[in-house]
Amino acid sequence: MPQTLPPDKPRGSGHAASSTPDLVSRPRRSFLAGLLTAGTAGVGALLAVPVVRFVLHPVLAKTTEKSWSDVGTVDEFHSITAPVQKLVQIEQLDGWRRTLSQKPVYVVKDSAGQLVVLSAVCTHLGCTVPWVDKQNKFICPCHQAMFDPAGKLIGGPAPRGMDVLPMKIEQGMLKVQYQFFRQLTPKKEVIA
Amino acid sequence: MNEPGASNRSPESNDSVVARLIRWNDARTGLNSLLHDALDEPIPGGAKLAYVFGSALLFLFLSQIVTGVFLAMYYVPSADHAHTTVSYITKEVSGGSLLRSIHSYGSSAIVIVLLLHIIQTFVYGSYKGRRELLWVVGCILFALMLGMAFTGYLLPWDQKAYFATTVGTNILSEIPLVGNWLKQLLRGGTEMGTLTLSRFFVLHVFLIPALIFLFVAQHIYLFRKSGAAGPVSADPTNPNLPSEPFYPKQLVMDMGFALLIVIFVGLLAWKIPVMLGPKADPSETVFLPRPEWYYIPVFQYLKYWKGWTSIVGILVIPGILGLLLVGLPFLDRSLERRPWKRPLSVGAFAAVFAALGFFGVQSHRQDEKNPGVATQLEKQRQHEEEFMKEPFQPELVGASGGAEPTNALAGKGQTLFTAQGCNSCHGDNGVGTAAAPKLIGVGKKFDSAKLESLLKSPNSAMQLGGMEAVDLKQADLDALVNYLQSLK
Repeated sequence: MPQTLPPDKPRGSGHAASSTPDLVSRPRRSFLAGLLTAGTAGVGALLAVPVVRFVLHPVLAKTTEKSWSDVGTVDEFHSITAPVQKLVQIEQLDGWRRTLSQKPVYVVKDSAGQLVVLSAVCTHLGCTVPWVDKQNKFICPCHQAMFDPAGKLIGGPAPRGMDVLPMKIEQGMLKVQYQFFRQLTPKKEVIA
Repeated sequence: MNEPGASNRSPESNDSVVARLIRWNDARTGLNSLLHDALDEPIPGGAKLAYVFGSALLFLFLSQIVTGVFLAMYYVPSADHAHTTVSYITKEVSGGSLLRSIHSYGSSAIVIVLLLHIIQTFVYGSYKGRRELLWVVGCILFALMLGMAFTGYLLPWDQKAYFATTVGTNILSEIPLVGNWLKQLLRGGTEMGTLTLSRFFVLHVFLIPALIFLFVAQHIYLFRKSGAAGPVSADPTNPNLPSEPFYPKQLVMDMGFALLIVIFVGLLAWKIPVMLGPKADPSETVFLPRPEWYYIPVFQYLKYWKGWTSIVGILVIPGILGLLLVGLPFLDRSLERRPWKRPLSVGAFAAVFAALGFFGVQSHRQDEKNPGVATQLEKQRQHEEEFMKEPFQPELVGASGGAEPTNALAGKGQTLFTAQGCNSCHGDNGVGTAAAPKLIGVGKKFDSAKLESLLKSPNSAMQLGGMEAVDLKQADLDALVNYLQSLK
């Protein structure tokens, strides 16, 4: 048995020679072949553009415009002395589907008396934090994280205070942009 | 094998990397000889523009596969979602309208090129001389392509798709004895519905394409076996004209024609995107369905047959015509190929085409002449345009199981459910999350008293899962329990 394979021989080289005089036409034919290959590749690449854009749409499309949910009229919150819980309608887009859900938020006043909207999701493990009027603080029922009336962390396992949501006032209506934040991190980080 | 004169150089030395790579590959795959076999196919009488249609069809079929596969990336074949997803493709997805339009115009292009291919084969008498099976397989492919067009038309599930397919499938029930059964089989029931859509989807995307692959392979094999027939003057069994290899001239012509199709279909798809009408509404009673243009002559022809004669019109005449078409190479045994020497077959063939053209024109004229029909068709066209202008409406998905609470107390309970944060573990409307089980149907498991006691003092399994005792006023607790009971 031979120890090494013989070199790869061109196969069927006699085949082409039988139908065309090989030596004469080969350069012309191979130039044409190159031209056709390049042309096909070019047209193919051009046609691939819409296909690639089509496939990449969910990745490249601008994130859906930020949607604002109504919290209530500003007048409603003028004279609040303690955090007020409100349910906001939020809309989530999933391709061609739209999901509506309700999320609780708190309208509170910060130290300067300005309205602030807080997410009710505990920054610890994501339970919804209730306002405990008797003790004048937020106390999470899951692991007893505690926050002051403006949402500042005052005790318990939570890594940071309650998360402030972006808000704006339009024609007397308090609007909030509901967001989800990463839990268990000392720094606030939007995830959706 | 390796003739010394075939190459000036020894293949082992001085060769470029590419040449060595090609040789390496060829030694293992035989690709070069395959290519030679494909490209050096002899064409008696030389390359001709008349021969471009077959490869153009292959090219168009590939284009349909590519665009179709990608359209399926967003399409959902169900009566609930089909229209929304096609609307999403058309109005939202980048390149979606273009891709869908290329797919849609591509189907029209296939019908046109298919007809040209058949006409060329017929006029040149290229079905003669031991080419019966080649012709029969071609006829099967023709039928399969028409099947693709018919099944694909329903998939967008808009008004015209729905009603045109309703009419199209109704024709089946004219067939005696088995007609109604066939119609139900195709529709997946007596009426058009989501099962019809699923069936058409499977036919359009899996079954018919698989058959087309099979028969295209046979068609090409049989074509290569019998060889190209050449011009009308050539003897079909033993062409004695000097031949020219397929490559380069015929290949350049084929590719040129394919490029022409690309440009034409591409421009059309870009400048005049295919429309999508409003979603199918089966309760609509005045909608006038019109099929795709290539089915219009048949649509018109079927109008002429009413009552008992419809069997003749729908079954007997098309059956005879179909048998004549398929059986052509068996019936026409002469080897004469020049069309002017075959007046009977060419005349009959031309007559059928003339009739189809006549029916097409008739249909158009009848629609224009009847004012009621013309206004309705115009109205439908306007509805389509209006729908196209509307922005895309995503489908509203209520959280599942989230029917509106049935009474005020349950409504209050729902508010509490969210306010107390029950939903952060048990999910909106109690659908459940990874953190806690769903509460839908919990009312069947426990009565109100048990639910209340569980809320006040969760059992050990619940406590292990992180469930806290609920501390609420009795009225609120009642409301919450009532809401939990309402979750079904």
